[in-house]
Amino acid sequence: MNNGLPRTLFEKVWDAHVVVQDAGAPAVLYVDTHLVHEVTSPQAFATLRERGLPVRRPDRTFATMDHAIPTRNVDITLWPSDAATQVRTLRENCEDFGVTLFDIDGPVQGIVHVVGPEMGITQPGTTIVCGDSHTSTHGAFGALAFGIGTSEVGHVLATQCLLQDRPKTFAINVDGELGRGVSAKDVILAIIAQNGAAGGRGHVFEYRGSAIRKMSMANRMTICNMSIEGGARAGMIAPDETTFDYLRGRPYAPQGEEWDRAVAYWRTLRSDDGARFDRELTLDANALQPMVTYGTNPGQGMAITGRVPTVDDLDDPAERRSLLGALEYMGLRQGQPMAGLPVDIVFIGSCTNSRVEDLREAAAIVRGKHVADDVWAIVVPGSKAVKAQAEAEGLDRIFSEAGFEWRGAGCSMCLAMNDDKAGAGKYVASTSNRNFQGRQGPGARSLLMSPIMAAAAAVNGRVVDVREML
Amino acid sequence: MQSFTQLTATAVPLRAENVDTDQIIPARFLTAVTKDGMGEGCFAAWRFGADGALDPDFVLNKECHEGAEILIAGRNFGSGSSREHAVWALTDYGFRTVISPGFADIFHNNSLKNGLLIVTLPEETVQMLLDLVEEQPDTRITVDLEAQRVSLPDGQQVSFPIDPYRKLCLLQGVDDLGYLLSKSADIAAFEAAMQPA
Repeated sequence: MNNGLPRTLFEKVWDAHVVVQDAGAPAVLYVDTHLVHEVTSPQAFATLRERGLPVRRPDRTFATMDHAIPTRNVDITLWPSDAATQVRTLRENCEDFGVTLFDIDGPVQGIVHVVGPEMGITQPGTTIVCGDSHTSTHGAFGALAFGIGTSEVGHVLATQCLLQDRPKTFAINVDGELGRGVSAKDVILAIIAQNGAAGGRGHVFEYRGSAIRKMSMANRMTICNMSIEGGARAGMIAPDETTFDYLRGRPYAPQGEEWDRAVAYWRTLRSDDGARFDRELTLDANALQPMVTYGTNPGQGMAITGRVPTVDDLDDPAERRSLLGALEYMGLRQGQPMAGLPVDIVFIGSCTNSRVEDLREAAAIVRGKHVADDVWAIVVPGSKAVKAQAEAEGLDRIFSEAGFEWRGAGCSMCLAMNDDKAGAGKYVASTSNRNFQGRQGPGARSLLMSPIMAAAAAVNGRVVDVREML
Repeated sequence: MQSFTQLTATAVPLRAENVDTDQIIPARFLTAVTKDGMGEGCFAAWRFGADGALDPDFVLNKECHEGAEILIAGRNFGSGSSREHAVWALTDYGFRTVISPGFADIFHNNSLKNGLLIVTLPEETVQMLLDLVEEQPDTRITVDLEAQRVSLPDGQQVSFPIDPYRKLCLLQGVDDLGYLLSKSADIAAFEAAMQPA
């Protein structure tokens, strides 16, 4: 609680949401906003039905459909029966429990972590949860936002609260100027490569420093999105003028006097001078390079100018075993460069990198060029709004003329729940967040990178340093 | 929720680090709207070859580990997606305990809400258990939640930590929902005091 000592951003938001904490039990944490999608919610709504419970705050609950839906065809009667069943079940649940649904048949729909911010639902200082680990995305606004399991989705539906142990704090300072061709995605991949895929466990990251302050909201969302890949459940960035400019006038943002009051409060949401973090890490933005992953966890990433590590580079036997297993799956050798590796598929999309800013940057690379022979390339906008904005700017034509498929909004090949699957053994240059075995299709080999790096891979048919094209 | 008090069972040694929830259950098995039958997808990409046939070399498929109720794995088990389906897959497959040097946060929370006991032990202890179970697959390991202790047939014992609240929930087989519902008055008071945005 606030005892006058300097507090971190996380501590301010946490303290403001503890309803009660019994001795020997976790805190009862109030949830301001609950986001829901079709895959992790049906069993939670079923629990409410079994126990005869209502949704406590349907006005604080928002649903959309993104994970399982096809992005090629919006006609549900042509979908695989299981995806159609999940979508119909979500419609029924939202109808029966009075929850706002951004339906695929309506004007607003898309990846839950793209739709929440663009509707102004995501606001500084709030607590936001969703049955999806990339809920950490919303921390870019100075919200405390994290993923939960389906049991917890049920708890929030029924009580608007969660039982939570208080995490520790972890400051990540990124100071300096990013070089040309170095993106927010490279910053977060570099953080995870340095700190490890489990390095943030039990902590909430706060990204700070001049490089972060200069970033757009889209870039900040890319960074916070992958906090979970660094093992942290949440990542936060203190709100500032960039945040307020983004939110002003959005449908669910406060209006008029309420807006002024909200901004006055939001300005207090920063870590106080002298606030203590449990851990700290500092990166020099000037030294960062475009990144690419070579392995099967997001910590296995490297600068494009580098080479895949060898077992001699690693002291820890478990890390050595992990490297050898990853390289065997990936069909790569110790010590080889990643630049020059042929790619089969390029995927631009996902809650990490499917906002209009990402698409603009990628389009600038492919403009007037063509996807290499034998490469299958798709662009999946994060939401209907992103798709409409991109089309208004003519980005869809740039991609289509270059040989990319231009799709509807959804998660798509990030997790291959719909029909967008990479084949076994195929190399996928992907702007998504996870390079796990089989994540993008059984046997598929994911190479995580920024949108401009993926665009460069598409037109060259191999992994390249995008800076050669700038 | 199924309670957990004590278990004596054989174990499967899964010598892999960073076993993510996409391995525990691939996304293509998440299309159900119930929790039933998730065991079918448990480690599907590792249990089955590209042709759909069981891979006899994968450790879960070895006859000597049939009926094992304890899974022993490397560090950072359960990383990645928040899918609770991963826990449902493990329990439906027959596991009641997972032992690892470390678990990802969301998996950790999900497991305890489904009566799956996760046991965190030091890296060297887990390596010793992996070696032991690989050499003697019929080794019966006892996991005692009340005593917070793992025991081996030769009398070796090792303690494990667990949060006292979570321990109580597991021993009694109760989940958080009842507790949260009992706080309704506090929640209503909190909502009443909230500043309008």
